Amino acid sequence: MLALMVPGLAFFLVFFYVPMLGNVIAFQDYQPFIGFQDSPFVGFANLQELFADPAFWEAVRNTLVFALLQLLLFFPAPLALALLVNSLISGRTRRFVQSIVYLPHFISWVLVVALFQQVLGGAGLLNNFLREHGMQPWDLMTNPDTFPLLITGQAIWKDVGWGMIIYLAALASVDQSLYESAAVDGAGRWRRMWHITLPAVRSVTILLLVLRLGDILSVGFEQFLLQRDAVGARAAEVLDTYVFYHGVVYGDWGIGAAAGLVKGVVGALMIWGANKVAHAFGEQGVYSK
Amino acid sequence: MTLQIPPLTRRQRRVPDRRPAWEEPPSPVGNATKAVVIAVIVAVMVLPFLVVLSTSLASREEITAAGGFVLFPTEPTLEAYRTILSGGLITRAVLVSAGITAVGTALSLLTTITLAYALSKPGVPGRKPVLLLVLFTLLFAPGMIPMYVVVKELGLLDSYWSLILPGLVNAFNLVVMRAFFMNIPEELYQAARIDGAGDFRILTRIVLPLSKGVVAVVGLFYAVTYWNAFFNAMLYLNDSGKWPIQLILRTYVVQNKQLTGDALGVTNMPPQQAISMAVVMIALLPILALYPFLQKYFTKGVLTGAIKG
Repeated sequence: MLALMVPGLAFFLVFFYVPMLGNVIAFQDYQPFIGFQDSPFVGFANLQELFADPAFWEAVRNTLVFALLQLLLFFPAPLALALLVNSLISGRTRRFVQSIVYLPHFISWVLVVALFQQVLGGAGLLNNFLREHGMQPWDLMTNPDTFPLLITGQAIWKDVGWGMIIYLAALASVDQSLYESAAVDGAGRWRRMWHITLPAVRSVTILLLVLRLGDILSVGFEQFLLQRDAVGARAAEVLDTYVFYHGVVYGDWGIGAAAGLVKGVVGALMIWGANKVAHAFGEQGVYSK
Repeated sequence: MTLQIPPLTRRQRRVPDRRPAWEEPPSPVGNATKAVVIAVIVAVMVLPFLVVLSTSLASREEITAAGGFVLFPTEPTLEAYRTILSGGLITRAVLVSAGITAVGTALSLLTTITLAYALSKPGVPGRKPVLLLVLFTLLFAPGMIPMYVVVKELGLLDSYWSLILPGLVNAFNLVVMRAFFMNIPEELYQAARIDGAGDFRILTRIVLPLSKGVVAVVGLFYAVTYWNAFFNAMLYLNDSGKWPIQLILRTYVVQNKQLTGDALGVTNMPPQQAISMAVVMIALLPILALYPFLQKYFTKGVLTGAIKG
């Protein structure tokens, strides 16, 4: 039995716990050719330099803006879609809609961005149409001002169906006789939704919200990396791309690692805090002690 | 620490295709609005795929006439597909991706199954601390830079292993699989043990045959992840000759770098637009082929119902 454990355990040690220790780079003047055993320690110098870098704060600000937009627009979308799909009477229509909206979840971000370019890009379908009809082209893929909405739109397009699954399951487990009694007692469509449907999805919603809050600093790394060149760093730099560009591309290893560490620690604190809040509301959250 | 997700019904209850008697009939306006909203959602989801598929099949004349995109090619041609699959850059990338996906999925499944099995049995020494080590990885990420340094110090840069090993086991998949193994009745194990079967034999002869569903789900999940991976290749592979299809897609379609006949190994190039769209379709095809299975397994709540630490 112990032998069966070895490969998996070795994986977690080598590719999780060793890199975890490797975060000491954040406190070193890391030199790739001498490795992190021998690189000199510099204390909190990297963190100080990081916090003094306006580009870092811009990345923080962008991350928070995108996170907020996702919470406001992306988070409720699967619930709304689930309510809509759940209200369809015909099982065939319902299954058809489901099999269409689940699909984009399984394709890669590279493909999603490529598809969006073909439809909304400067040489895409929309602009071809606009030009043909003598209108001004409107390139959404390279416009920094509309970029937050584009990003949120892509996220919704890709994952609204996937997010809907869990709500549909929660809705399907509601006792149908509740609706019947409520209707007999004179509660209309909207009152039934307010008093029966929404309470039924409350736990799931809170659970998903906790998960989302814990992961709030990861707003979609690949999505931003892929489109940063098109709209520029000012609009598209988020914490993850900051780590990548400053650490790997520009070779400021210590700074990159420090930014990554800050993100990791804040993220873990967010999960912990969000769970506390969930427990305070009498919900289970992600874990219970 | 336990992970908890509210229990869901395994099978969605089939609501009969009739409106219940107590429900008030919908207003015509409400009904029409609903139909329009659904139609728009379906169109928005499907349109990009249609554009890509049609343009990849269109001929040069049609693409030139339409100014880039063709929604309904009158004389569909597979010229673009023939060109990119006749050897050269893209053929190579497809083979790389397919190889990584096949080898990676097999290794991931092997490692996940063995560890999940070991952690599912009470009385295995070190079970609790190892389980905690695994669960902790769900809460914290070690960060990109330390990962890069570790991969580099292991000498894996520019090696295909850098696309497999750093993501070999997904803790979430492991937890799902372990929960499934834990549900196998203890009596089966005892009977096998009395018959003299060892741990490994019990795993291959009893546990796995009973767990085909969960192995399929986790396997599909790994396969999709390997096929779709792009950033690890960008981070760890400098040699563009080793690039998987997603990175090719990013360079030649998203960033619109010119593909030359030389790179593709052909002299007579179909239109660039058709080639690009054919590359998109090639990257999409395995996912579309797996999609019926993905939908069947994933949406039945197999993943969601099973988690309890």
